[in-house]
Amino acid sequence: MRTLEQTTQEVLELASKHFQVPAGSLAPDDDFFKKLGIDSLQSLEMLSRLENHFGIELPDYEVQGVSNFRALAERIQSRL
Amino acid sequence: MLDLSKYPSIGAALKDALEQYAGEICLIEADRERENHRLTYGKFKARANSLAKALQEKGFAAGDRAAIIMTNQSKWLISAHAIFHSGGVLVPLDYKLTPDEHWLLLKHSGTSALIIEYPIWRQLSGALGRGAATNVRTVLVTEAPANADLAGAARWEEFRGAGEAIFVDRERRDPATIVYSSGTGGRPKGCVMTHENYLEQCVALTSLYPFAPGMRYLSILPTNHAIDFMVGFFGPFVCGATVVHLRTLRPEYVREAFAKYKISYVSVVPLILKNLRKDLQARFDALPNEKRRIFYALVAINKALTKSRPRLSVSRRLLKQVHSAFGGELRAIIVGGAFTEPETLQFFYNLGIPVANGYGLTEAGTAITVNDLKPFRADTVGKPLPGMEVRVAQPDTEGIGEICVRSKTVMSGYLNDPELTAETIVDGWLLTGDLGRFDATGHLQLFGRKKNVIVTEEGKNIYPEDIESMFEGLSVKEFCVFAANYIWPKRTMVNEQLVLAIHLEQGQSYTDELLKEITARNNRLLNYKRMQGVVLWDEDFPRTASLKIKRNLLAERIGQLERADTIRPL
Repeated sequence: MRTLEQTTQEVLELASKHFQVPAGSLAPDDDFFKKLGIDSLQSLEMLSRLENHFGIELPDYEVQGVSNFRALAERIQSRL
Repeated sequence: MLDLSKYPSIGAALKDALEQYAGEICLIEADRERENHRLTYGKFKARANSLAKALQEKGFAAGDRAAIIMTNQSKWLISAHAIFHSGGVLVPLDYKLTPDEHWLLLKHSGTSALIIEYPIWRQLSGALGRGAATNVRTVLVTEAPANADLAGAARWEEFRGAGEAIFVDRERRDPATIVYSSGTGGRPKGCVMTHENYLEQCVALTSLYPFAPGMRYLSILPTNHAIDFMVGFFGPFVCGATVVHLRTLRPEYVREAFAKYKISYVSVVPLILKNLRKDLQARFDALPNEKRRIFYALVAINKALTKSRPRLSVSRRLLKQVHSAFGGELRAIIVGGAFTEPETLQFFYNLGIPVANGYGLTEAGTAITVNDLKPFRADTVGKPLPGMEVRVAQPDTEGIGEICVRSKTVMSGYLNDPELTAETIVDGWLLTGDLGRFDATGHLQLFGRKKNVIVTEEGKNIYPEDIESMFEGLSVKEFCVFAANYIWPKRTMVNEQLVLAIHLEQGQSYTDELLKEITARNNRLLNYKRMQGVVLWDEDFPRTASLKIKRNLLAERIGQLERADTIRPL
């Protein structure tokens, strides 16, 4: 079982790979909309990637209002 | 369709619709490949009745305000009906706002009952703003996990009353909804829409784009948005049609839904339509040479055959694969919320998919003009809907002036803001702030804006005043945010920009350090709210006696300078 820290780290790595930003440039408390300059459709793409990686289903409404990596990782963790 | 001229209120019309179409399917809710449920109008009525009864038992009465903060789903519409049935005023809020913005609007609207999804409530309940909205007495939360801390809320699913709820009718002039068109960061603009506004708008829209039992509308735009409320709830319901909700908006499931549910209509914002076009174009480009040639030959034939009017059955046969991907029964894509580029509209029409483009604003009761497809025109936003008086005020030599509207669909005013209402509705005419011109055939063409505002392709209205707080405390003497086209009027509705006008302290220079500070603050804004440039102004900003910046005067003065030389890109 992953710890929350491990999950957060994996979320950051996947996001940096998916949006092609340097690894290590993203931090857990970053607002991913602002930091990555993405819109809601692009954030849905990221969610699909994360679901595949973690093997879970993360409903859109469950992450409604979530905008930073840490909160996103917490939602993922609760479904692992 | 019900004869809406006979009804005094939304609640009365819905009440009859639920009886008349009792056996028809009104709602389908799907979550990815699973179907959550299908409800007939009869079942919908039973569920809404028990909710209305429970609300009434809690003291919810005529004129009371109830807000809904939910993503698109069946419970949204069931809750809205229960509110109207009880004579309440619905406050549909954008679920994408922040918790503090939500509380600000809940307080401003005087909401006493709040119906909300659990994941959103989890964030709202702990937010500081909660303390201010003391009027909120009842909170109903949907889909809360079994062991969740509800923070004083009740479960929507268990909130049921026994027996028949009392139907409380309203008059046409009574408020039906309070819809916030903007103002989350500053002055809230709550449009008070009457029952008459909706009844009249529904008659006008369905005369061009009719619904009937068996037709299916795919609800993607948020239901709090004026368009989806009309064409994804009230319109189809009074015609006995079906509304399909998806609990996910991931493109792969949305695509699948068209074919699975044989969708008749869908509404989208221009950005989605543009993405859809890009996606389709890529598929066409990937066809092998020979197939591509044949395909474009068929598109050319379709174009010729539909020149004067759409011929859906012909287009569906000619371009079978394209239409099958959309379910084969799509009658039109409704696009709204912002200006759509003509090339995108033409692209879809050439494929035999009419796009119902139009022009409107919340204050006018959704749509003012809509393309009637007789013939299709990509270069205009159509003709005024029946019952709409539209004129162009103070036209210039080219006939371009401010678009003004007078109609039974125009809001009664902004909530608690008589000053702004008086500025916006003058002698019964709603001043839209948009610039337009009628062509010889009576079609309206848009040419830009008169107001200090921009509208993004996602249909978001950005009022510069609302984002100035992000620059509060900036180390300059004074600053002001403008839509660049407000300073330098430009005849366009696309690629709009925001600029930050700053006045430095005496002896201060525009250093790299200051630029860094501005950039850092700018990056904290969502991407579509960011400044594209800085304007340096070396005089004191003109101000009113109460020290408010005279924005129009400042814009006029800055506008004397050359745009290209004045904006320093960020």
